[in-house]
Formats: sequence, structure tokens, C-alpha cells
Amino acid sequence: MSDAAPTPDEAEVRARWGCFAWTAENETTAKSMIGRYPPGREHSAIMPLLDLAQRQVGAETQTQGWLPVPVIEYVAKAVNMPYIRAYEVVSFYTMYNMAPVGRYHVQVCGTTPCMLRGSDDVFAACKQRGLAKGRTTPDGLFTLTEVECLGACANAPMVQINDDNYEDLTFDGMSAILETLASGGTPTPGPQNGRQTSCPEGGPTTLKYMAEAQA
Amino acid sequence: MPTLTVDGVEVTVPAGATVLQACEAAGREIPRFCYHERLSIAGNCRMCLVEVKPGPPKPQASCALPAADKQEVRTDSAMVKKAREGVMEFLLINHPLDCPICDQGGECDLQDQSIAYGKGHSRYDENKRAVTEKYMGPIVKTVMTRCIQCTRCVRFAEEVAGVEEIGAIGRGENMQITSYLEGAITSELSGNVVALCPVGALTSKPYAFEARPWELNKTPAIDVMDAVGTNIRLDSRGRQVLRALPRINEAVNEEWASDKTRHAVDGLVRRRLDKPYVRRNGRLIEATWGEAFAAIATALEGASGDQVAAIAGDLAEVESIFALKQLLDAYGSTLHECRQDGARFDVSSPAAYRFTPTIAGVEDARAILLVGSNPRWEAPLVNTRIRKAVKAGAKVLAIGPEVDLTYPVEWLGEDLSVLGNLPEAANKTLTDGPHAIVIAGMGALAHEGAYEAARAAAAGLGADFGVLHTAAARVGALDVGFAADGGIDAIRAKASSLKTLFLLGADETDLSAFADTFTVYIGTHGDAGVRVADVILPGATYAEKPGTWVNLEGRVQRADRAVFPPGDAREDWTILRALSDPLGKTLPFDTLAGLQQAIAAAHPHLATEGLADVGDVPDVTAGPAVSGTIVYPITDFYLTNPIARASETMQRCSAELLHGVDYAEAAE
Ligand code: SF4
Ligand code: FES
Ligand code: FES
Repeated sequence: MSDAAPTPDEAEVRARWGCFAWTAENETTAKSMIGRYPPGREHSAIMPLLDLAQRQVGAETQTQGWLPVPVIEYVAKAVNMPYIRAYEVVSFYTMYNMAPVGRYHVQVCGTTPCMLRGSDDVFAACKQRGLAKGRTTPDGLFTLTEVECLGACANAPMVQINDDNYEDLTFDGMSAILETLASGGTPTPGPQNGRQTSCPEGGPTTLKYMAEAQA
Repeated sequence: MPTLTVDGVEVTVPAGATVLQACEAAGREIPRFCYHERLSIAGNCRMCLVEVKPGPPKPQASCALPAADKQEVRTDSAMVKKAREGVMEFLLINHPLDCPICDQGGECDLQDQSIAYGKGHSRYDENKRAVTEKYMGPIVKTVMTRCIQCTRCVRFAEEVAGVEEIGAIGRGENMQITSYLEGAITSELSGNVVALCPVGALTSKPYAFEARPWELNKTPAIDVMDAVGTNIRLDSRGRQVLRALPRINEAVNEEWASDKTRHAVDGLVRRRLDKPYVRRNGRLIEATWGEAFAAIATALEGASGDQVAAIAGDLAEVESIFALKQLLDAYGSTLHECRQDGARFDVSSPAAYRFTPTIAGVEDARAILLVGSNPRWEAPLVNTRIRKAVKAGAKVLAIGPEVDLTYPVEWLGEDLSVLGNLPEAANKTLTDGPHAIVIAGMGALAHEGAYEAARAAAAGLGADFGVLHTAAARVGALDVGFAADGGIDAIRAKASSLKTLFLLGADETDLSAFADTFTVYIGTHGDAGVRVADVILPGATYAEKPGTWVNLEGRVQRADRAVFPPGDAREDWTILRALSDPLGKTLPFDTLAGLQQAIAAAHPHLATEGLADVGDVPDVTAGPAVSGTIVYPITDFYLTNPIARASETMQRCSAELLHGVDYAEAAE
């Protein structure tokens, strides 16, 4: 928790985000999200709606987006849910940001498999570029967060940046990704060491002879 | 009805019961933290583990496991002992060792259960977690590091109080209980979370560091803050009542109490009248009892009939009201009234003005029509019952200004005229189900003819009818006949011909008409009544006298004395008895028992505690159609009587919760 970003000042946030409302396009999306559930069960739509709101905030601020308190309240109202219940959801899931983040939200996995496979190097690469846990770089580009397992352990170590995973990282690989992002480019998501998805490193090892015999 | 064995003892429990309940039925104690019989089941503390066969070969949480036929439950096996020790050790990992500075000490579930089921030592060597305090308002003090995350407080706020403002944020190690954005909880029942919290995480702010539970004298009493008659226990030390806690009474308050019940007690020692006063040359001067009595005797010289009048206040007990009535009877006066708010209704039989459906009976209602009543403020514990009914599917309709009652309400308008022609849909809702109730509040009954109209409406709908009284003294006073034809206005009209007006703690009514009348105020606090008083006789509050109160259902309840009145103040009936001598109208009782016998003889249904049958509701004839805008009688929940107005806690609640004064920062 000591790594968490500081909670933004409530009065300022209210002044800035008090007038949040769906864009026309998101309005339709939100309606269809709520419509997925039977009447009286609108609460079920809270998670996709919060995500939608976070993305809208992201689009407005040119960042990955976050959920200011008035926005949480706006969404809660849309499904008639007490504020505290929506707030609980936001605080429970790490994919909802409770403080502003940069354009790229760098979420490095530090759980055991990734750590054993070298997540320390990934953090080192971040540190070298000036990223610090829970902080946004002064240029507003990067926010670094250490997260728990993101379910891509087969390709450890890995990082999630906004909606993409970058896997099989090394110090250099991570540095290159950050470099590309900083210069406005788009690195290729997925494994960074050339392997295909989570197939064995260095080519197939199972059923290999059968494949050779067929060839 | 499953039959199972618990430690070899066979028990049969109702279908749907849990294993925990079965164990209790078999006389076994099961330690628990999160389970509470009045809240939903959470199953997250794991303290209630037992061994159950058939089932997986591991201990199971008994509070969340349905009892089933032929189960074999063991609560005394080695596995259970080890499981409890393990859970206890885990719970204590993050719980601070601060019992010596914790207000819960001595009445803490965690303390008790760790002694009974814990291991006596911990193997934990790492740092403990610490959690910042959360602001929860003027009543609830938090020390969140102590929280064991049982979520009782969260469930209470959501399920019983109906204000979803407490929640658990974060997850795992970082989970914290908080009010929304650390704001004050806007509930009149918030004090109950203090009682529910099994540890010292939520404690009482006004009572912080006041006393240890074992230093306190505990006296059973009856609350007078509203007409519900909450059964309470007054905890006192020396001459001061330090806190009021609810006692369990399923028929009345279950195990809850409103914040006013719990926390107005600091008003018992402020602004008290502790000496008799006599007004001389426009100023109130301290006097002796003899001087005060002499002044009254002079004023009453030669008085007879309707030259003497009396108004009883909202907090008085039956005994003093009866004694006062006897005194007026001795003069031949019938000018006595207790309905300070000017409410008018049939008082010919107790059945006419009781809350006939009974408090517990509200839960069974399928449709409820509120007429001029805001039960959330007028009787918070009736409101929780209505809430229960709503959760069970009842519909609530209401005539009156819209307020938040914590459940959905269909508002039919603010004017009484709706009563005479309910909309078709409303009519259908009310007549559809098997059991409908019409509840009339003082907001409606202050209008002439509203009582008859509400009774007629109830009869037309085939519904039960109940009057929701707001004053603790009201039903008892009416039961002894303390009402005048024409109500309080009849007394006002006679103001100029009165030789003496007695005010028995009457502070809630407009007394300006009596500015020139010789007025005797028998009461406890320097409140509205003393302004017009010519003689002040200091009386006793509900904590300082044994007595009888009759709640809104007509339930007769007796209370004991917790502390003695301050200074020269005396129990009210003894004052009246003493005064009757110099007036030459000696009252025929010298002891409380004698007085109570006289009451029992005159009003047999008040003789024993409980709900006596008073016969059928008398018929009324509906008058012409009524109309008029409803105004609820209570404008400030926290300041409804002299004790509450003198209470610093209630003043702060009022300022902060109703008038938006910000205390949050100052409290840090
Ligand atoms: S504050 Fe008390 S009642 Fe609430 S979750 Fe924590 S331990 Fe339970
Ligand atoms: S441990 Fe890093 S993705 Fe699972
Ligand atoms: S009492 Fe059963 S899990 Fe808490």
C-alpha cells in the first residue's frame, strides 16, 4: 500500500469531474450493458460500466484513465446502487485506478513465477527510465504499478501496458518497449523473444518426431 | 425438521436452521464473530468451526451450514479445538495488543473468546498491519486497526438501518471498513454498530474512556425518548448515568435502540433544576420547599373547579400523572391534558388510541398506509419493523410530505383530503393483500376530524388501525384519563380564569397564552416551561425514579431507579403528595406501592406489566371530509425533549447530521 499513488484531493476532483456524463456513443454502450441483465438486476452491470467510464476519462485526459469519485457516483446512479457499493468494487479490483495515471500504465507483475524469471530486471529497466512505483513520470507518459499475477506466467516475466501484454521480457526488451512508447511508436504485444504465444522456447519439444516424420 | 446429534445429544431443529443453531439447541456454545442472529450470514470469521459427518474431513463453518437429518456434529473433538485455536491465532495476528487502552475491554468478544478458545500465545513475529481511523460521525468512534472484518457493521447498516454507507474497501491484507468517503453515518440507529462490533474497532464516541464495564451499576429501565418504550439498561457510576444500552425485548425493540435513546443521557446532568424557585418581582429566586409550597397555596386560595388546570409533558411516568390528576380531582377540575401537540382523537377507551397492530405485528403486514407520520423520526424502531415488512414484500403508501424512510414508499400527496378518496391503484394495493395496516401519526391527528377519517378509511379497507404516538408519557396519561374535552386548546381558552396551571414537565407546547397565569412547573430541566413558571419544583428524570410507562401499543412497562435526582430535586409524585398537604387536599397514598395500588384499582389494565386486553375499539362516526396540509410533529429528531436538548451529544448530532455543520476535521 505504501506504493499506492496518493489519493487525490476530493474538492479538486469534484470541481473537475462533477459534471461527468457519458458521451453519446458511451451512452448507447452503457444502455446495452445494463440491458444485458434482467430488470431489477441492473447492479450486475457495474463492472463493465466502471470500465467504460474509466476509458472515457482516459480518452478525455489522454491517459489510460482513472475513476474520480464523482464518476464512480455517476455510474452508481446509473444502476441505482449505493455509492459505497460501487466504491467497494472500484477499490477491490486493481484494474480500476483510484488515482490519475499516465498515458501508459505500466503494470509489472512481481509475483513468484515472474520474479523467478527476472521481473527484477524489468523493474530495473523501468527505474532506469525514471519510473517509480505509484508515481507518474513528469512528462505524464508512464505510471508504474507493481501488480500480482496477471495470469501469463508461462511467459514470465511480463508487463501489462494499458490493454496489451508484453511477455518474455529482459532488461533490454523492457527498455526497448518503453523507448518505443516514449517515441510515439507501438511495440508489438506478446512474447518479445520471438516465440509463438506460449509454445516452448526454442521450438516444439513434444510430438516433434511425428511432425518430422510427416515432413 | 431435521434430527441430528451434537456431541452425542440428539436434537430436532426447524427446517432451515443452521448447524450453529442446532448446537445451541443442544446446549453447546459455539464461539462466533461474524454470525449474528438478526443479520444475514456472512461466514467469514471461521470461528464457529465444528466437525460434521457426513462431510469433507475438515472442520466446517457451522453458521453457514444447514442442519440436515442424521448429521453427527462434534464441538468437543481435538480437531475442533485445534481449528478454533488456529482461527484465533490468525485473528490475533493483526489485532493490536491494546486491551488496556481499549473501551471494549471487559465486554469484548475477542477478549473473552481468546481466553476460552485461544492458545495463550502467538507464533507471529512479523510486523502487524495498521489501519488509519475512519470518521463515522458523532456517535461512532473508530480504531480500525482492531477490526477483524466480520462485516457485522456493514450488514447492519445495509439490512437493518437501511443506510448503505458503511463498506469494506480494498482487498486482502488491505481491506478496510469505512463509511463512504469517511463521512458521518446519517442514521438514527448508528449507535447499534457499536454494540454489534465484536471487538473494539467501533466504540461509543460520547462514552470514550468514561468507565470500565465492571465499575458500573446496571439498572433495568424504560426509555422515554419516544413512545416505543425501548427496554434499556442504564449503566451508572456514582450519581451519573454514563450510558444507556438496549435490553432484548422481541416484542418491542428486539435488541436495538436509537441514537437518542443511547446517547441523550449526558443531558441528565446538564441544565438541571436542583432547587425550588419562586418568581418575585419578575425574577426567579431560589427558595425552600416550604416557601414554594406556600406560594402555591396562596395562589390556589379558594380555587375550585376549572380554575385549576394541568398539562402533562412527554416524559412523565404514570404515577406522577395519576397523582396530579388526583389533585385536580380534589379541586373538581377536569382541565388536564397531555396532548401537548394539540392532537385530537377519541380517548373514550384505551383501545381507541393504541397502536393496535402491535410493534411486532407490523412485520406481518402486507400493505401499510402511513397518514401524517414519519416513523423514521417518530419511532425509529417501528420504522425498522416496517422495513422488515417491506423486505418481506409489503408495500408502503404514505400521505404527507416526502421524506426518506429507508424503503420505497408511494407518496400520495401532502394533503389530508387524499384520505377520503384514495387513488384507485392505492386502494387496490391496500385491499389486495391479506393484512393491511393504517398508521395515523400526530401530523395528521392534529387536524380536527382526521382521526375519524383515518378510522373510516381503515374500516373501508378492512385494515388494522394504529396511532403512532410520539411521546413516552402519552398513552399512560390517556389511560388514566388525563385528557380534557377540546384538548389543550380548551385549557388555553380558559387561561385568563385560571388561578393556577400545573406543568408536569410540559415543554413542547406553546405556553404564551399562560404568560399571566400563575404557573407551577414541576420538571427537570431549565427548558421552555420554566420561562412562564412562577414556581419551579425540581423533579426527577426517567433515570431517577422508579415508575410505570405505557408504550404506544399500550404495553405497561416498569423501570427502576438508576441514580438519585440532583440537589433538592425529588420524585415527582412525592412532590405532589407533599404539596397536597399545605393545599389541604391530602392525597391518599404515602408510598409508591400505595400509589400503584390506587392506580391499579382505578385502572385495572395498568395493574400488571405487559399488554392487557382493553376490549374492542369503540366505533366512531366519520365526520365531514377533512383536508389540510400535513406537517410532521418532529422537526429535529435529536432535540425532541428537554433531556435531549440539554445533551451535548444530541446537539452535536443535530448540528452535524441535520444542519450540515462540519466537525470531521476538528475531530482528527
Ligand atoms: S468494525 Fe467491528 S463490526 Fe465492523 S467489520 Fe470490523 S470488527 Fe466487524
Ligand atoms: S506470476 Fe507474473 S503473470 Fe503470473
Ligand atoms: S461465525 Fe461462522 S464464520 Fe463467522
